[in-house]
Amino acid sequence: MTTTHLGKIRGINGNLLRVEFSSPVAQNEVAYAHSGELRLKAEVIRIRGNIAEAQVFEDTGDLRVGDAVEFTGELLSVELGPGLLSSIYDGLQNPLPELAAESGFFLQRGKYLPALDRKKTWAFTPKVKVGDTVQAGDALGAVPEGIFEHRIMTPFRLRGKLTVQEIAPGGAYTVEQEVAKLKDEQGRLHTVSLMQRWPVKMPIKAYVERLRPTEPLTTKVRIVDTFFPVARGGTYCIPGPFGAGKTVLQQITSRYADVDIVIIAACGERAGEVVETLREFPHLEDPRTGRSLMERTLIICNTSSMPVAAREASVYTGVTLAEYYRQMGLNVLLLADSTSRWAQALREMSGRLEEIPGEEAFPAYLESVIAAFYERGGVVKLRDGSIGSVTIGGTVSPAGGNFEEPVTQSTLKVVGAFHGLSRERSDARRFPAIQPLDSWSKYGGVVPDEQVSFARAMLRRGGEVNQMMKVVGEEGTSIDDFVVYLKAEFLDAVYLQQDAYHEVDAATPAERQQYVFERIHGVLRAPLRFAEKDAARQFFQRLTQLVKDWNRVPQDSPEFKNLETRATQMLAEVTAHA
Amino acid sequence: MHKTYQQIEQIAGNVIVVRADGIGYRELAQVTSEHGTSLAQVIRLEGERVYLQVFAGGRGIMTDAQVRFLGHPMEIPFSDALLGRIFTGSGQPRDRGPVISENETPIGGPSVNPAKRIIPRNMVRTGIPMIDVFNTLVESQKLPIFSVAGEPYNPLLARIALQAEVDVIILGGMGLKHDDYLYFRDILEEKGALTRSVMFVHTAADPTVECLMVPDISLAVAEQFALQNKRVLVLLTDMTNFADAMKEIAITMEQIPSNRGYPGDLYSQLASRYEKAVDFDTAGSITILAVTSMPGDDVTHPVPDNTGYITEGQFYLRNGRIEPFGSLSRLKQLVNDKTRADHRTIMNSMIQLYASYRETLEKQAMGFRMSAWDQKLLKYGVRFEREMMDLTVNIPLEKALDLGWQILADCFDPAETGIPSKMTDQYWPKG
Ligand SMILES: Nc1ncnc2c1ncn2[C@@H]1O[C@H](COP(=O)(O)OP(=O)(O)OP(=O)(O)O)[C@@H](O)[C@H]1O
Ligand SMILES: [Mg+2]
Repeated sequence: MTTTHLGKIRGINGNLLRVEFSSPVAQNEVAYAHSGELRLKAEVIRIRGNIAEAQVFEDTGDLRVGDAVEFTGELLSVELGPGLLSSIYDGLQNPLPELAAESGFFLQRGKYLPALDRKKTWAFTPKVKVGDTVQAGDALGAVPEGIFEHRIMTPFRLRGKLTVQEIAPGGAYTVEQEVAKLKDEQGRLHTVSLMQRWPVKMPIKAYVERLRPTEPLTTKVRIVDTFFPVARGGTYCIPGPFGAGKTVLQQITSRYADVDIVIIAACGERAGEVVETLREFPHLEDPRTGRSLMERTLIICNTSSMPVAAREASVYTGVTLAEYYRQMGLNVLLLADSTSRWAQALREMSGRLEEIPGEEAFPAYLESVIAAFYERGGVVKLRDGSIGSVTIGGTVSPAGGNFEEPVTQSTLKVVGAFHGLSRERSDARRFPAIQPLDSWSKYGGVVPDEQVSFARAMLRRGGEVNQMMKVVGEEGTSIDDFVVYLKAEFLDAVYLQQDAYHEVDAATPAERQQYVFERIHGVLRAPLRFAEKDAARQFFQRLTQLVKDWNRVPQDSPEFKNLETRATQMLAEVTAHA
Repeated sequence: MHKTYQQIEQIAGNVIVVRADGIGYRELAQVTSEHGTSLAQVIRLEGERVYLQVFAGGRGIMTDAQVRFLGHPMEIPFSDALLGRIFTGSGQPRDRGPVISENETPIGGPSVNPAKRIIPRNMVRTGIPMIDVFNTLVESQKLPIFSVAGEPYNPLLARIALQAEVDVIILGGMGLKHDDYLYFRDILEEKGALTRSVMFVHTAADPTVECLMVPDISLAVAEQFALQNKRVLVLLTDMTNFADAMKEIAITMEQIPSNRGYPGDLYSQLASRYEKAVDFDTAGSITILAVTSMPGDDVTHPVPDNTGYITEGQFYLRNGRIEPFGSLSRLKQLVNDKTRADHRTIMNSMIQLYASYRETLEKQAMGFRMSAWDQKLLKYGVRFEREMMDLTVNIPLEKALDLGWQILADCFDPAETGIPSKMTDQYWPKG
């Protein structure tokens, strides 16, 4: 198949190698730098004359000029097959628990392990017969993987129509064992096993067509689903200053989002945050299936002290795995935290390549790289008529919390929803700290539009009154304005804010949002009459307390009805009847 | 044994270039010229050209200086004999003690496999109510103190180190004023803590490159102690000096700066140090407390900004006190449910009332009328600042919680505090 060629190191600058070669080399092919016993994985990122420049995914200490570099002829790829779910991989798809079992506390340089277990067997059921015609992506059979039926598909790299020459009978197979033989239009034979490989930087396109993302993806975060919804197959971003709640928001989304599979790509952030997920998820129950949350989760973990060059690989690895499960007709959510760290890795490399820098020294191609990444999200119709989707949500960590910077701006141009977190709201502990006036979404939500627009207008006016009161004081504010202000604060306190750590409040299903929001909307619309401001304030304090309690009880409990009745009575007492 | 080279081709800033072959990336060399001997490290290889960063700086290096390669990267010895000792940023004794050369371990080693970390679970007691009650420090946390010049951050650091129940204290000083260095040494000595401490000190008068080594050396030693089941507390002061040293070197290397002159990899550089904080699966732990001085009291300055994106919260030191707003221990909820049943209640209600006090102060300043409620808040705020926030207050967590209830009882009726009656019934002081 592919032959390996050798080159020689001519220069080393950080993790960038300049390698002299004599036989053909491909852009983005994988190479290994040899240093004694060590083989360090690298990727070719630029070729000039007879010099290939390669970024090493490891520390380059001890490498020498003259050391051999082995070019593999293969692009940076991942393994696709049963056993991916519940795994914890590094950015290059090395399984971290297995690495720990072999090397102990520290990540050992040059140590790579196969992503999929080679010994484990899977119960294969064929879905085609000898003589059938198939195309790339078509199911040849299936194996059960946890709660899913994992389709074993015609390798995506094969072109045209293929004829099934042989198909294995039902039984137990390892990922490497042959289960089918296919003949292509040129008469060449291809063997198929449960596993295939795919280069991470190329989108998988084995589908009939892309559809417009229209169906809401419920995250159970009220401010998101009601005000700034995400669609299945859509894209969204969460920019925010440090500590504003990006990671917590993604963590609760990874728990409660109404999708089949969640892929968490921890890219250049804290190891501790991933540890929380990987230690807790196995013990948490997925309310949709009653099984452990870990069964629908896959973690790609390339934290900030892990090799910088692998950050870029980690987001591509994540999205490729997402596309793979999408090909099975599943809805997949990819959460990347933080895309800025990946952009910074690009910037570091661009600096070493001495490219002409753009704004804030980011490379000029930053925007197109970001756009191409989010383009990999989408809803697709597969050849068997089923629908699959990849939804992408990325956090952005702008320098100084200022959104006028290249990564935020490039991202905003391509995503379908913007959840901007504000320092002001996080300082005031108003979580989730999504700024309700600046954020936006192009997708449809779970609550009728006119109710949402009315509420949004109320928030805006409430904010204006609040500004004015800072100047003229409460005394100088009319009671009508004051009530507008109180209504806006009420909406904020009981609906926009949500307690991520409370059993019930943390996740509000779509039907409950519709039910509750209709009533909140009723309060906002009601013409209320108060004798004086203190009475108005007291009324809203009590109502807020009551509705907060309401948020904390299960919808099917008697208390839910009870509290609702009390709130309705309270409201009736102060409603002015014309 | 090791080859010596004598033909220096280029000297720019702290970087010299010699022609040599068979040299490993990041290898150390000894550069000897008339003005003395310094260590240097390979930072770039280009054909036969070897770029070396000279720890003592390029000043005075002659073109015929001797460059002897050592065949290994920067290492630091490790043994219990380090305890009680003081070293420079390049690991040379700064006290009059002997050179130690056992168990040389490379610095800046690989990162911990996330699968071998555990969720932190132990509180670190400091005796400072603003920390213990409101923003509890947790073993293995990485936390900076954001502060402007002139604030007492070094005494605060020393105090926490002395009161924390840890096995080993490692102090990494970067650009320390000589007086501050002596202060740390003397206070550790005086309180009998020097024997469980190791100090790596770069003072403002020492060569810039040595400043860069301090965090790596300190953390490499910390890691070794932690692997021996020790709870290690690492104090780093001041990380802004460390960042500035990186900036200086990046500029002499003609790297393209990203933000206010700082190199584009500032985040990665800081993160690779802070991420050494760890609670090991089956061994000890490393907790990191660092000082990050904020030029111009500006938290959006690249150094505090990047730090905030890396650490697990921050303490703001302002006007000699730890600010309750803005300060945050992101790990506190992992421990403050296991201390005392009223811990979270006191934490939340006292801060909320203090926020109301601040609002009242603003109204007062604008000349608005003060209600009876405002008067109560004013009384409360003054006591809170004097008895809780003042850094001279030094009491255990339980005493601080009791004091909290006392202050509340002296200023308010139970119902006014917004605390559930279940709590006030049990804890509200009688009489
Ligand atoms: N929804 C929430 N409910 C309660 N507290 C929250 C919430 N979101 C964030 N917080 C608080 O804010 C802290 C920081 O949140 P988080 O780690 O998500 O910030 P971040 O935006 O990811 O910051 P960074 O950019 O530094 O990673 C948390 O430790 C928690 O104390
Ligand atoms: Mg985060």
